[in-house]
Amino acid sequence: MKKMLAKSVVSLAVAACLSGVAVAGDNPNDPAEGWNRAMFSVNEGLDTVIAKPLAKGYDYVAPLPVKVVFGNFFSNIADVMIGVNNLLQGKPGDAASDWGRVLVNSTIGIGGAFDVASEMGMDKHYEDFGQTMAVWGAGEGAYLFWPVIGPRTVRDTAGFVVDSYTDPLWYTYPVPVRNSLVAVRYVDARAALLPTDKIIEEAATDKYAYVRDAYLQHRRSAVYDGNPPREVAVPNGKPSVELKSTPGASGK
Amino acid sequence: MKQLFSLLAGIFLLASNVFAADEAPDVLVKRVTEEVLNIVRNDKDIQAGNSKKVIQLVEVKVLPHFNFLRMTSLAVGKDWNKASPEQKKRLAKEFETLLVRTYSNALTAYKNQTIIYKPLRMQPGDTDVLVRTEIRQPGQQAVQLDYGVEKQDNGAWKVYDVVVAGISLVTNYRETFAQEVRNGGIDGLIATLADKNKQTEAKLEKKS
Repeated sequence: MKKMLAKSVVSLAVAACLSGVAVAGDNPNDPAEGWNRAMFSVNEGLDTVIAKPLAKGYDYVAPLPVKVVFGNFFSNIADVMIGVNNLLQGKPGDAASDWGRVLVNSTIGIGGAFDVASEMGMDKHYEDFGQTMAVWGAGEGAYLFWPVIGPRTVRDTAGFVVDSYTDPLWYTYPVPVRNSLVAVRYVDARAALLPTDKIIEEAATDKYAYVRDAYLQHRRSAVYDGNPPREVAVPNGKPSVELKSTPGASGK
Repeated sequence: MKQLFSLLAGIFLLASNVFAADEAPDVLVKRVTEEVLNIVRNDKDIQAGNSKKVIQLVEVKVLPHFNFLRMTSLAVGKDWNKASPEQKKRLAKEFETLLVRTYSNALTAYKNQTIIYKPLRMQPGDTDVLVRTEIRQPGQQAVQLDYGVEKQDNGAWKVYDVVVAGISLVTNYRETFAQEVRNGGIDGLIATLADKNKQTEAKLEKKS
């Protein structure tokens, strides 16, 4: 079984490299397109044989309450660094709310199993170091597709490294417990994306490009906390951009 | 008596049209969303994933409030001017089919998520606004779902963009479509979309 898996992964990788060379990109917004498409195929292969079956199994076996508890637990741990990033982005109010959430959910929410804070009106935020660097003025850089990790711009790859080093979950001991937690979090996150798979499959005429452009749009919106400057629709020709909000400014 | 009835019916129709024209964009989004979700909640077939039925629902209830020509022009971007009126019509038709099929099926996944309607920020005289909503579900990240809505010449508001988690379902096609036009012109793009739609159609047929 293991041998078969290794074989299929290798052949996928080879096939991917060949097809990657064939479609050397001419898209100025995606200078690494050839390499990216190759890695995209490798990742699709890995996902099909490993991550997706695990996620489907988890989705099938775990009843909804269990999934909700796991989701809340990981979300609670993440709120610690989300608060730090909000502070680094000059939003002390949001940071205070994030840490308030950790306080409430870790105590009344029984170790983060229940998201009591959201019911109390303390909204969940989503921040990471890539967004923080964007608020500090860093450009996003080229789009890259990594195996296992998935799509990241150059800036967000650096952000991902910092996020991983500062992730409280990675400092859990003993190591086997830590590893199980990290694995469950990965599978839980993948399972949450299962309904999206089908939509992308049906919506995209070119899956690689569809995923790339969706990722870039999503990240640009996240930097502005979901309130990016609106592209004002012009009937014919190039849309103009109207700058109404500044990055990081909470649009509430 | 019959005449009176038709007169009354006529007045009623007229009144409802006037009402519809005056309906604010956020009210429109909320009304249509609630109407559709109500039907989904009470329809076992749709919940079981009956694609044909859900597509029909969307075509009847949702599509009249969408401006697909506008959506297609935004998805195609600067190449839109290269298309003849006939090509524009065919492009819009294929793009409509693609979007309707894809996202109608998302409705069958609806369980008991709550929709939050956010307050509309609109100046008097605005003809292009963003209606913001949020889908909440326990244990999962809330998903922001926004609608770009534009006032038509007849006063009614129509949706020209749907934005999920910051991703515009319309402009997300821009790079792909531009690539298709570079490779095979406007007709090449139409052919690609028609081909994609045929594949999806075949899958739907196989399922039912």
